[in-house]
Formats: sequence, structure tokens, C-alpha cells
Amino acid sequence: MPLPEGNVHQTSTTPAFALRADLSRPRHAALVRITHWLTALAFLALAVTGGEIVLSHPRFYWGETGNVNMRPWLNLHLPSSRDTVPTGYGYVLPDQNGWSRYLHFEAAWLLIATGLLYVIWGLFNGHFRRNVFPDRGGLSPKALGSSLLSHLRFERPGPEEVWSYNVLQRLSYLIVIFVLFPLMIWTGLAMSFSFDAAFPAAVTLLGGHQTARSLHFLITILLVLFLLVHVFMIAFAGFLTRMRAMITGRVLPPKE
Amino acid sequence: MSEISRRKLIATGLAAAASASGIAIAAKLAARHGLIAPDAGVRFGTGEALTYAAQRVVVGHSLAREFSRSQISQNPFANEVDPLGDEFKRLQAGAFADWRLTVDGMAARPAAFSLSEIKTFPVSSQITMIGCEEGWTYIAEWTGVPLSFILDRVGPLPQVRYVVYRSFQQDWWDSIDMADALHPQTIVAHGMNGSDLPVPFGGPLRMRVPRQLGYKNVKYINHLTLTDSLKAFGKGLGSAAPEGGYAWFAGI
Repeated sequence: MPLPEGNVHQTSTTPAFALRADLSRPRHAALVRITHWLTALAFLALAVTGGEIVLSHPRFYWGETGNVNMRPWLNLHLPSSRDTVPTGYGYVLPDQNGWSRYLHFEAAWLLIATGLLYVIWGLFNGHFRRNVFPDRGGLSPKALGSSLLSHLRFERPGPEEVWSYNVLQRLSYLIVIFVLFPLMIWTGLAMSFSFDAAFPAAVTLLGGHQTARSLHFLITILLVLFLLVHVFMIAFAGFLTRMRAMITGRVLPPKE
Repeated sequence: MSEISRRKLIATGLAAAASASGIAIAAKLAARHGLIAPDAGVRFGTGEALTYAAQRVVVGHSLAREFSRSQISQNPFANEVDPLGDEFKRLQAGAFADWRLTVDGMAARPAAFSLSEIKTFPVSSQITMIGCEEGWTYIAEWTGVPLSFILDRVGPLPQVRYVVYRSFQQDWWDSIDMADALHPQTIVAHGMNGSDLPVPFGGPLRMRVPRQLGYKNVKYINHLTLTDSLKAFGKGLGSAAPEGGYAWFAGI
């Protein structure tokens, strides 16, 4: 049952902020806030250790097999932490692959546990239905076009927009939560020889072990791009307000 | 700050207590069934312990993917190893007639097998993929004797839980649990792509464990030890891998 957007008595002169504000409840539920920051921590650990792992063989291939005797589709032209890869650089980087792999897979468990908690709670609790799925009007070409235009024009959102995600935000969050992160987990598991023994389709559906590895890398790039845009948008729209809302849940009314 | 109702506090407290006891029970069960990895205590080792236990339960005895003959790599990569030294060259010059695979530890009939004797044992072939933790892979056909056959020959005592395998190269040694040791695809390989296993690829003998990463597939093996505990080997972390910072269980 949808809860009212606000408990403020609305008149024609009520400020837009007050139309949506519900200062008796946190802007984001505690579970949203906790899982948001746990995910951020896990993703940071995964991205950094993942980058380190790439450095041990900064080349990517398609299909099942790929090694220095074969031509990669992507050669990152970075120095490597192994001397078995002919990089053209005269030196080898320190090898941090051991602890990187340990932490990478430990952070993966944190990501999966946090993600499952958030998604299951969000689906059963109505969080996605109320706050993240676009409502019926939001997906009309007019609404989408209008949102896109205001983004491209770098229009700074008003204070009432603290209370609800705009439609582009909703779509990008949905893609990140339900497409990109699941693909990261799938392509990651597809590189596990043990997991593939039980579920060979996990890797054959993707087109092979090296394709899984390439996709894992490419989707990481997309997620890093998302992160950069996400942080920029938060800062552009009002950093302190939104950080406070995502940490304590409080939103302070705008000054008169 | 919104009110924290008493009901919410109690509910959260109960949930936390239930989770904590659930984890404690799971850990006890895991220990009893040999699902605790020997390097679970290293820095960031909890994740690896979770992976080992989860994959043992979920993967069971599943077989690693096998490929068709046409998928065998034209360019397999023989990763460099440290120089093997004069003693190895002497053995190689004698066609490895003096090579011995010693099998000891908790065995009823410890033995030392020569290469020619091993080649009379039942032969198993597999066209499988090998992949390094660095990320590169190739596919080849490996031929060898199933480790389970060798174990049967020497008669493991009932308490055996791991097989430690050591190499002509002293600093590269590893171990597997019985699930992997008895797995039909775990072989002591002596042939590759139709010929004798070449020295750069680990010849005369290489442990082949296709459901784990390349570094578990130790080259130049000459010594197997059956044991119930990995604590007495090296630093007690299961293999040379954790001593070098890498996970003992390399299923992922």
C-alpha cells in the first residue's frame, strides 16, 4: 500500500519542498543507507584489487584461450607485474597479486551478501516499487526527453528534488543494480574452473573463458564511469544535503 | 534522528544473535566436514575460506569442462620456471630412467615408482583448459595415471584427508584434499598432446588438477605424501602458495 508522499497539509501556496518533505521519516531507510555504503566499500576494494590483478597480464582476448603466444584484441600497453608478458617497458612492477586476489574474492562475498540483502528487502518492502522503478508517467517520451534535456543543460535541481529520484536516476540505478552488478558476478564466476565444472553454461553462454574475462573488464569500466557520474551529480545537486541524507537519513529544511 | 522503537531494538538484537549463532554453528559443521581451508587465518583469508566451503558443497564431484580435439591450442604457453640445474639435466640425459615418484606418509604400502612403471599404469586422457592466476589460458590434451589409482596402490589409511605433492623444485609444492585427489580428472600426467610431457610443460611428471588454477598443477613432481593434517608441512598453511601470498584453494 503506497504511503503518502508527505504528511504536510498542502495548499496552493505550499513551497515545493514541503509538498514532498516528510521530516518524520529518514530520507533513505536505514537498510538502504547501510547497504549503500557497504556496497561502496566492497566496490572500491574490488576495483582496486581488480586493477592490480589486470596488471599481471594486461591483455585481453576473445573466446576460450589467450596467452602471450596469441594476439589479444586489447593490449593495455601498461607495465606488468610479471616478466613473462613482453610489455616493452624495461621493468616489472611489484607483484601484489596474492593479497589482491584474497581481498578481491573476500570483497566479492561482501558485495553478494549486501546485494542480496538489499534486493530481497527492497522487493518485499516496496522500496523499489515506491522509490526506484519509474512511475507510469515517468517513462513517457515527453517525461524522458524533459529529464534528459534538463540534465544536458546542467540545470541545477531545486530543493524538492532531494525527496525523489528523477527518471534518469531511476533508470541508471536500475541498470546498475539489476544488470551491471549481476553481470559482474556472472562473468566473475564464469572464470572459476571449479564453478564452471558444476555450471558450464555460465561460461559457454558468454562465449568462453577469455570472453568472460574481457566482459568482466569492460563492465568494470562502465561501473567506474557510473561512479564518476554519480559522485559528480551528487556534488552538482547538493553534496552536503545528499551525503547527510545517505548517512544519517536527515534532510534539513532549506533556509528561508 | 527518528525514534528507535523498543520493538525494533529487540527485533534487531534477536536477528543479530540468531546470525551470530548461525555462523558459529556453520563454522563448527564446516570444521567437522573438513571444509575449513588451511589458510583461512591469513589476512583476507575469510573470503577464501567461504569460497572453499561453498564450492565444495555446490560443485561436488562435477567434472571440469572437456573440449574437442579441434580446440587444442596451437600456441600453449609454457610459463618460465627457475633454472632446473645440473642434477635435472643429468636425469633428463638419462631419459628420466632414474626419476622416482616416492609415495609415503599415511600409506599401508609406501612405494617409489619409476617413470616406466608409471607408464604401465592405467591411462586417462583429458582435453582440458589450464589457466594461470595471471589470466592467460590454453587447452591441451594431458595423458597420465589417475591419482586415485596410485593411492589405491599404496593404500591410504582411513584418516587421510590430504595429498601433499612435492617437486624437483623445492619451493613449489602444494596439496589437495581427498575430494580432488580421488576425482577422476586428477591425474599424474606424463604425456601432452600425443607425446611425452615436454620439460617446459612439467615433464616428466606433472600433477594435473583441472578444476583449480595452474599453480596447483605442480611441475616435475617426485614425492607424494598422504596426511591427515597440513599443519606439519612448511608453515602449515597448506602449500607454498599461501606462503607466497596466494590462496591454497584455487578453484576461483
